[in-house]
Amino acid sequence: MANNFARILSGKRNVGIMSLVGAGSLTAAFLLNREHVTAGAQVRRVYPASADYPDLRKHNNCMASHLTPAIYAKLVDKATPNGYTLDQAIQTGVDNPGHPFIKTVGMVAGDEESYEVFADLLDPVIKERHNGYDPQTMTHPTDLDSSKLKSGKFDERYVLSSRVRTGRSIRGLSLPPACTRAERREVEKVVVDALAGLKGDLAGTYYSLTHMTDQEQQQLIDDHFLFDKPVSPLLTCSGMARDWPDARGIWHNNTKTFLIWINEEDHTRVISMEKGGNMKRVFDRFCTGLKEVERLIQEKGWEFMWNERLGYILTCPSNLGTGLRAGVHVNLPKLSKDPRFTKILDNLRLQKRGTGGVDTAAVGSTFDISNLDRLGQSEVQLVQTVVDGVNYLIECEKKLEKGQDIKIPPPVRK
Amino acid sequence: LPFHNCHNDYKMKFSEEEEFPDLSLHNNHMAKVLTKDMYKKLRSKSTPSGFTLDDCTQTGVDNPGHPFIMTVGCVAGDEECYDVFKDMFDPIISDRHGGYKPTDKHKTDLNFENLKGGDDLDPAYVLSSRVRTGRSIKGYTLPPHNSRGERRMVEKLSIEALATLDGEFKGKYYPLNAMTDAEQDQLIADHFLFDKPVSPLLLSAGMARDWPDARGIWHNDAKSFLVWVNEEDHLRVISMEKGGNMKEVFRRFCVGLQKIEEVFKKHNHGFMWNEHLGYVLTCPSNLGTGLRGGVHVKLPKLSTHAKFEEILTRLRLQKRGTGGVDTASVGGTFDISNADRLGSSEVEQVQMVVDGVKLMVEMEKKLEKGEAIDGMIPAQK
Repeated sequence: MANNFARILSGKRNVGIMSLVGAGSLTAAFLLNREHVTAGAQVRRVYPASADYPDLRKHNNCMASHLTPAIYAKLVDKATPNGYTLDQAIQTGVDNPGHPFIKTVGMVAGDEESYEVFADLLDPVIKERHNGYDPQTMTHPTDLDSSKLKSGKFDERYVLSSRVRTGRSIRGLSLPPACTRAERREVEKVVVDALAGLKGDLAGTYYSLTHMTDQEQQQLIDDHFLFDKPVSPLLTCSGMARDWPDARGIWHNNTKTFLIWINEEDHTRVISMEKGGNMKRVFDRFCTGLKEVERLIQEKGWEFMWNERLGYILTCPSNLGTGLRAGVHVNLPKLSKDPRFTKILDNLRLQKRGTGGVDTAAVGSTFDISNLDRLGQSEVQLVQTVVDGVNYLIECEKKLEKGQDIKIPPPVRK
Repeated sequence: LPFHNCHNDYKMKFSEEEEFPDLSLHNNHMAKVLTKDMYKKLRSKSTPSGFTLDDCTQTGVDNPGHPFIMTVGCVAGDEECYDVFKDMFDPIISDRHGGYKPTDKHKTDLNFENLKGGDDLDPAYVLSSRVRTGRSIKGYTLPPHNSRGERRMVEKLSIEALATLDGEFKGKYYPLNAMTDAEQDQLIADHFLFDKPVSPLLLSAGMARDWPDARGIWHNDAKSFLVWVNEEDHLRVISMEKGGNMKEVFRRFCVGLQKIEEVFKKHNHGFMWNEHLGYVLTCPSNLGTGLRGGVHVKLPKLSTHAKFEEILTRLRLQKRGTGGVDTASVGGTFDISNADRLGSSEVEQVQMVVDGVKLMVEMEKKLEKGEAIDGMIPAQK
């Protein structure tokens, strides 16, 4: 990579080196001598911190819960080496007070270093969002060995489709809230180059949002693959929709079972999916595809953002760790009307969504059921949780069909 | 977003080729003017408050525009932008403001006594009269860039200044984040309440950050003089009333503005103004007077006449629907206002509205009687 980016990467003080030792055997990744990231240049400010402290009295998000005037005063003068500031990180949470019932995160990271420079705020936010996971003392396990998954084939009379998604960020380039156009274009280039190297059932095509033909666009819409400029103010207020649709695109394999979004909310979102209940095959493809993409970018000297404190680094703190949401569309007409349904899901560490995705309602009795957790457990563990949980839900449904009673299961180990 | 110097320094590591925006599908003034050479020359600069070229142009990059409506495509984050990024702003100002040159001087005239007539527009046709402008407080950065601390200071100074007004200007301030439900309902009923901008043109420029912190509405007890604080500009000042007495509306406008300005000057924070650009505002389209003087007028026959557009152009007027910019007219009633902002004074612009509307009402009456109006069509002003 004989270009600006090579110089920038090697010049960074905080380059970490990660190696996956043995495909599938040892899955711990090692970060060698990662230097503690200190703040970059001072931020130019006119007023004392107290004059700029946001009015959060009507706010209900994790950032508002933890941003005390003292923490604000401590961090507001700091910037990451790329120049990203606290005010930028919290802007989305200031602009979007939240909802009494749904507690949003209320802040984002502009780059990998944000998680260190603003750790005094991000660590408690992460702890609250991820059920007590303490980034200061705990380590996150990464495990993409899909062979460990047990019983991953669901009864297709109930499970209509299976899907696993995550995100990956390219180390050395700023994240969507902060990236320059050049950085965003470089993300596109690095990822598209790597994807062009995929073979066999992973071979596919890239469709740039800027250059796709009307026909291509219609096909992508029909396949439910096309993503559009974000409209949620949670996203737009953080600046991640700037310069749309420059350097945004969609890649998918020819069989339409492996899909990658480039430069939407994260550098990449990786999705493996198929109709039916073969979660095992979906997860196999997910892991194989991810590892292959990683190998291909490493050939060119790039790597994913990852550390053992936080796992995979993504824009939103809610997606740290595995960034993984594994789920099914499952038909549960009787169970979904049972008053114990919510409690059963809670104990199984599962969440329900409508079949339109986050913040949608269920259609009929078909639900999107997926893992609640992201950080503190590995990919294998989380997908196993979904497999075990969905199997339990189907068993409940079958029992109810026969007029038998069901039990609320004991809480799954968190 | 308030980018600071250290971020722009970081961005300078990438070449102008790598950073130049893709403007191939764009139709706005900025896209027409910004060449790669200009970008290369200006990208390393920032104003003393840290605003950069990319900050100015973000809204124009994010909003490609419309084939028929030419938006500006850039904003200023502080007073100095118009100077530091002159190479880009000057040609945009020229395109938008009828060939206004970098060497031209703008005349300010807020002496309402210089307006001739304006008190006799026929109320059977002219339903309401209104004059608005904007003002920026010197020493503070503008809505696309300001910090919460700065925005709150602008609000604080504005409240102080407005609180000194008395007589016909005695009034009250309603902060957006603290108004009661009853107050909100009343402001909505009066058509005074402004809400968080929804236009992506404004949102992409960052001016809705921290909403509704330090935003508010002030109006006098008579509800004929209204000030918006920290919406698209530091201040938007509006004088209005039902009927056709534009003379009175303009008098109140000038007197009120000057009273407010005196108070700000006392605190060493007068309005941003210079002899080339007149009053400095966030959007280049509002430079000069920042003034839009207009009426809601019934012109059902004239508006369907073949020469209506030409008449408006010659009179240097523009039409809008009665919902304001980008709305359609309802039942032949139009919002007619001055098209110019920069290069002519407040008195001259309101004079054009007064004279032009008077003429158009006479044309309307003639058309009602079935008479021709060809002999009345004016020369280009």
